[in-house]
Amino acid sequence: MSKSTLTRRGVLRTGAVAGAGVALPTIFTSSRASAFTNEPTGGTVTLGFNVPQTGPYADEGADELRAFELAVEHLNGGGDGGMINTFSSKTLDGTGILGKKVEYVTGDTQTKSDAARASAKSMIEKDGAVMISGGSSSGVAVAVQGLCQEAGVIFMAGLTHSNDTTGKDKKANGFRHFFNAYMSAAALAPVLEKMYGSDRKAYHLTADYTWGWTQQESIQAATEALGWETVNNVLTPLAQTDFSSYIAPVLNSGADVLVLNHYGGNMVNSLTNAVQFGLRDKQVNGKNFEIVVPLYSRLMARGAGENVKGIFGSTNWHWSLQDEGSKAFVKSFGTKYGFPPSQAAHTCYVQTLLYADAVQRAGSFNPCEVGAALEGFEFDGLGNGPTLYRADDHQCFKDVLVVRGKENPESEFDLLEVVEVTPRAQVEYAPDHPMFAGGNLGSCNPGA
Amino acid sequence: MFGLGKKDTTVFVVVIILALCAPFILNPFPTGSSLAQFNAGYPDLMQRFVIFGIFAIGFNLLFGLTGYLSFGHAAFLGMGSYAAVWMFKLLSMNVIPAIVLSMIVAGLFAVMIGYVSLRRSGIYFSILTLAFAQMSYNLAYSVLTPITNGETGLQITLDDPRILGASATADGGIPVTNLFGLEMRHFTTVDVAGWSFNFSVGYYLCAVIMILAFYVAIRIFRSPFGMMLRAIKSNQQRLYYTGLNARPYTLAVFVISGMYAGLAGGLMASMDPLAGPERMQWTASGEVVLMTILGGAGTLIGPVLGAGFIKYFENIFSKINDGVLHGWFAFLPDGLENFVIAILHPFVGKGWHLTLGLMFMLVVIFLPGGLVEGGQRISKALKRNKPEDSGAARKANHEPAE
Repeated sequence: MSKSTLTRRGVLRTGAVAGAGVALPTIFTSSRASAFTNEPTGGTVTLGFNVPQTGPYADEGADELRAFELAVEHLNGGGDGGMINTFSSKTLDGTGILGKKVEYVTGDTQTKSDAARASAKSMIEKDGAVMISGGSSSGVAVAVQGLCQEAGVIFMAGLTHSNDTTGKDKKANGFRHFFNAYMSAAALAPVLEKMYGSDRKAYHLTADYTWGWTQQESIQAATEALGWETVNNVLTPLAQTDFSSYIAPVLNSGADVLVLNHYGGNMVNSLTNAVQFGLRDKQVNGKNFEIVVPLYSRLMARGAGENVKGIFGSTNWHWSLQDEGSKAFVKSFGTKYGFPPSQAAHTCYVQTLLYADAVQRAGSFNPCEVGAALEGFEFDGLGNGPTLYRADDHQCFKDVLVVRGKENPESEFDLLEVVEVTPRAQVEYAPDHPMFAGGNLGSCNPGA
Repeated sequence: MFGLGKKDTTVFVVVIILALCAPFILNPFPTGSSLAQFNAGYPDLMQRFVIFGIFAIGFNLLFGLTGYLSFGHAAFLGMGSYAAVWMFKLLSMNVIPAIVLSMIVAGLFAVMIGYVSLRRSGIYFSILTLAFAQMSYNLAYSVLTPITNGETGLQITLDDPRILGASATADGGIPVTNLFGLEMRHFTTVDVAGWSFNFSVGYYLCAVIMILAFYVAIRIFRSPFGMMLRAIKSNQQRLYYTGLNARPYTLAVFVISGMYAGLAGGLMASMDPLAGPERMQWTASGEVVLMTILGGAGTLIGPVLGAGFIKYFENIFSKINDGVLHGWFAFLPDGLENFVIAILHPFVGKGWHLTLGLMFMLVVIFLPGGLVEGGQRISKALKRNKPEDSGAARKANHEPAE
């Protein structure tokens, strides 16, 4: 083992060189003083679209990405303009946002909180994204929303249905257009009472994460108010793909309704398993056995195929709606991709337009000013009728659709029929409702 | 220097230089150029490089020296993260107590898991550690939801007590993780004629800790203790016959290795105060095995290189989408452009796993000693071209590879 010898002169020389090396960069330092994180200075502005490209929600993620691309195209003046023409606010004119051309970066959330945050961080730190949107899981939405709050950028939540996103985990920099579990339950309960009566025994299978928990809690509260009884609630892991072992006990539980608090690939698999076990042909307690899926989407209906016929659920938006906004969106989406958009695509498209419009009205990309422009904003023409962005919790309030799997679909996209449009007043709740209590928006964070 | 041999000093100095100059090395392309896509010099990724470097160094102490292949090391990383986030929630946003506690917690769990698992060796040891890790993952995912917040992951909120700090900042925000006031997420961007370099406080904290961790690892490699561990790897039976009990040594190195993982977990939480159960999943444990083998198991610098390699693919290749590809190949005629993109498409974006898998296969088939062996072969080839000191070079080559 040899020891190197240190000399006084050697140390001094090394020290001087190292010192000069450390000091050197400061000569070139240009001040990058900006008022907020990632202030766009050139002729472009970058938005970050963080969607699941792998995992159980990959189908939704792919559709969200299509919607984002369409929205960016419309904002930059391409295509037919879509819902920009029907939007009640007329600030968007196809010249980008505040005259800056819109560019975007994409990332894969993998439906994992850690991966989603890493992806969002790289968008903010490397690509200079000034707004993050997307996501198809509430766990991810809550995690990324927290990150955006810390980093000082706006988070426009994509498909996230948990009460917590704008409840106990709400953040000043986060905004949600999508409806939530409480609204689903409030809209669905009257229809369920009408169809299945008020004397039922429900068995819940629930995806084991924030959305599943709040969805189950909401449905249980709403159905128990009708007089239903809750027999059991079983939590299933999000990554589960075979639900046979969870379905078998349902048969012996004495329940006559199965509530599947599942979404995406989970729901496709659990519903298919349930139908294969012959649950729907059973008679329990002298009644037909029924299955309810609180949160429905067309993509799921397509995945589950025949099995969805006659099954009730709720949805945020459906392409068969006949208002001007929906028609314009379905037309431009269909022209570009050849099939109608899903509700996930709709909410992501709308969120992007709402963000762009808020920036235009605020006259700045500063997250605090954009946030103020969105708070209490009332708009129409985006497919859901008159809508309010409530300032207290950054949740949108609008009509909710109750849908049923169609018995005789006319095409491969025509799988759901709208049974009822539940008016906004019926699904509203106080900001301090027990299911949403415990959170705090905090103050908006512009970062830097 | 520092009580290290000449060769080790060289390796150590190289690691120090690489770590301190990473903001320059990782951003070799000007910001505006089309190759800027491949720049990795942004704070989050640089932090990941060194944190997973620490994780892999620790794993290599166990696997490289004793040959015990733990398939559950991510459990310690996860436990470290949870411990650190709880420290942020309960005590203060200073990272020192969080990092210390994360090491202690991971160490304690390592004692327990190691005590049971180390009664077996070989494949049985691997399976036992894998079982413990999956158990921890499932507990964190569902049963222990009050402590771990389930799938969403544990986050800091405005209502946390934080006895030694403030629950909220003066303007109502969540406080930031810091080192005595130095904010971890703070970074300065320096523009030099088209290039821009990010100097992040969090990164330099991680880098300094990584250098310390690396130094400790070298000392363990060269110590009599390290020699015992190598003896265990080469023939444990013979060791027992000579009257030596190997188990205290294996347990000691298992705990040290677990504490390295806990340190990495604590640092991850310090850089980004969130801890999720997927950090403990078996895929995460497998990842560190890949890192070590890819870089070169049993070598000093190999695991660090392997960690950097995998994290680079995960974060850079996964972000190349079709739009970016179209930008690169826009100069080609339309039909050809689409053809080239159709061929590349499965290998980038969400297909980064495929690219990484191919690289891994190539390395394992052609460079069984990992990236380090690749480096050695190159230097050997270069030295062969200099006949005047070939004797010395040949002699050096006969020394065991590090």
